Amino acid sequence: MNKLPELIFNISRKGKTGVSVSLNQFPDELIAINKKKLRNGIEDFPSLSEVETVRHFSNLARLNHSVDNGFYPLGSCTMKYNPKVNEKIAGIDNLSAHPYSPVDLVQGNLRIIKELEEWLIELTGMDSFTLTPSAGAHGEFTGMMIIRKYLTSLGDPRKIVLIPDSAHGTNPASAHFAGYDIREIPSNDEGIIDLEELKKHLDEDVAALMMTNPNTLGIFEKNIVEISKALHDNGSMLYMDGANMNAFLGIVRPGEIGADVIHLNLHKTFSTPHGGGGPGSGPIGVSKELSKFLPVPRITSEGGKLKVKYFTEEGIGRIKNYYGNFLVMVRALAYLMALGKENVSLVAEDAVLNANYIRKELEGHLDLPYKGKTLHEVVFSDSGLKVKTLDIAKRLLDYNIHPFTVYFPLIIHGAMMIEPTETESKETLDNFISVMKTILKEAEENPEYLKNSPHNTPVSRLDEVYAARKLILRWEKSEV
Amino acid sequence: MDLTNYKFSKDHEWVKIEDDIASVGVSDYAQKEMGDVVFIELPEKGSSFVKGDACSNIESVKAVNDIFSPLSGEVVDVNTTLEDTPENVNKDPYRSGWIYKIKFSDPAELTDLLDANQYEEYLKGI
Repeated sequence: MNKLPELIFNISRKGKTGVSVSLNQFPDELIAINKKKLRNGIEDFPSLSEVETVRHFSNLARLNHSVDNGFYPLGSCTMKYNPKVNEKIAGIDNLSAHPYSPVDLVQGNLRIIKELEEWLIELTGMDSFTLTPSAGAHGEFTGMMIIRKYLTSLGDPRKIVLIPDSAHGTNPASAHFAGYDIREIPSNDEGIIDLEELKKHLDEDVAALMMTNPNTLGIFEKNIVEISKALHDNGSMLYMDGANMNAFLGIVRPGEIGADVIHLNLHKTFSTPHGGGGPGSGPIGVSKELSKFLPVPRITSEGGKLKVKYFTEEGIGRIKNYYGNFLVMVRALAYLMALGKENVSLVAEDAVLNANYIRKELEGHLDLPYKGKTLHEVVFSDSGLKVKTLDIAKRLLDYNIHPFTVYFPLIIHGAMMIEPTETESKETLDNFISVMKTILKEAEENPEYLKNSPHNTPVSRLDEVYAARKLILRWEKSEV
Repeated sequence: MDLTNYKFSKDHEWVKIEDDIASVGVSDYAQKEMGDVVFIELPEKGSSFVKGDACSNIESVKAVNDIFSPLSGEVVDVNTTLEDTPENVNKDPYRSGWIYKIKFSDPAELTDLLDANQYEEYLKGI
């Protein structure tokens, strides 16, 4: 493991310099900035030679852990491996165009958007898609605005959105921003929505149910067809959060099980960059009766030519400037085309197989609060251990493994949510499983050692509480 | 600590009544479950809540948790010292860790709350 480099300020020595360009050798008119306005230097700015500076930052960069240099079981919900060919294609010269370009000059770009829409329609069974939203929560908000507009067109937007207690935190936030009050529905003993409990909440005020399927426990909501029927009988809509689409991509089409609105995350399921700031993309698919409310711009086909509609009579209007994050769409289309229609479902099959392999191997070693079948992820609990979830997560760092998601979903005590995704080999999974077993043995025999872990990383256990309470975001010269 | 004058909701808030004012905080069990508290969003003084409304939230190193108002009424005071010392919720949840005071409008709601013994029994079933 690399050591933590010294702070750049500490290795600075007065008088050292990196690149030195003498301004005197250039005539004044070639210097863009008026000489009088140039600073003489910045106080406390570090002085190093060029090579020292390069080494400093290279050594810092080497401390990064990413999916490119180690196992990263945060899964598709956070980040799965993005095949490099997508990046190559998104990097092709002249692929990006100015958003105000005349449509005649950007037919290829529009075709990319249109073809991706068609792929997503086919994969989800929805009637139509917009690719404009910038991320999942933006898509949720767009979807809830569409539901609001649709219900308003029927006479009453209604007041309440139901959300299960296992939901993603963004769901209540998005529904609230769209003007709805939230009512939480408890999960049953199996970790899924209880149909009878749901029916108790269905009244004329309920606009929609927002559910993630499979839910955040990785469990498929097996009553989904009855749930959507109960909602529709009540005049309410079913919003499906597609953050976990990786679990049944190419196998289940949400449009066929009653979803009225679904959002997908291109940066999750469709293998585009994520984490570290994106940009993301959260397309929305809607059923036929909601399609006229989609936001603009809409891409239409007329006589073999693609056109852009900037205004629709009944749509919710614009939700973002221009068309959305175009190069993310390029990566998603490249990903899908590389897989091919006949292979898309392998993503889900392998993701589910990998997660269940880990589940099977670790079941019995860790508490599994919900015993039902799980798909692309498995959620264990720290109940019965001498250490906490956080201690196990920290110890994993010593083995060069990025920890899984911890303490989510909230309905599980000390949740450890493990999602390996489809790209990991059996050897990688076996290594992870064996490391986990070693750690659990350590937890039993020497819990104190885990409570003080990690031991082999550049810095040991950080005081996260102190850091959160006394937030310091920039370096300041010590007074001493 | 003597909790005779405290009542508890099943969402793990406590209330302590003085005349028509109730102090509200979170139980010892809740603070342990949440872990170290790093930030508290206090309700606004003068705002009104219906019982069960999310009126404030507590951020710990693990997650952000809603505080559901155990009683209906108007917020008459908030514990601004928690802005600088959120750790009081962990160290002293029943005294200096109080979050807000509410002038409650419906004394009948008090009967829905548990006393300390009932709450302890309730925790055993979780």
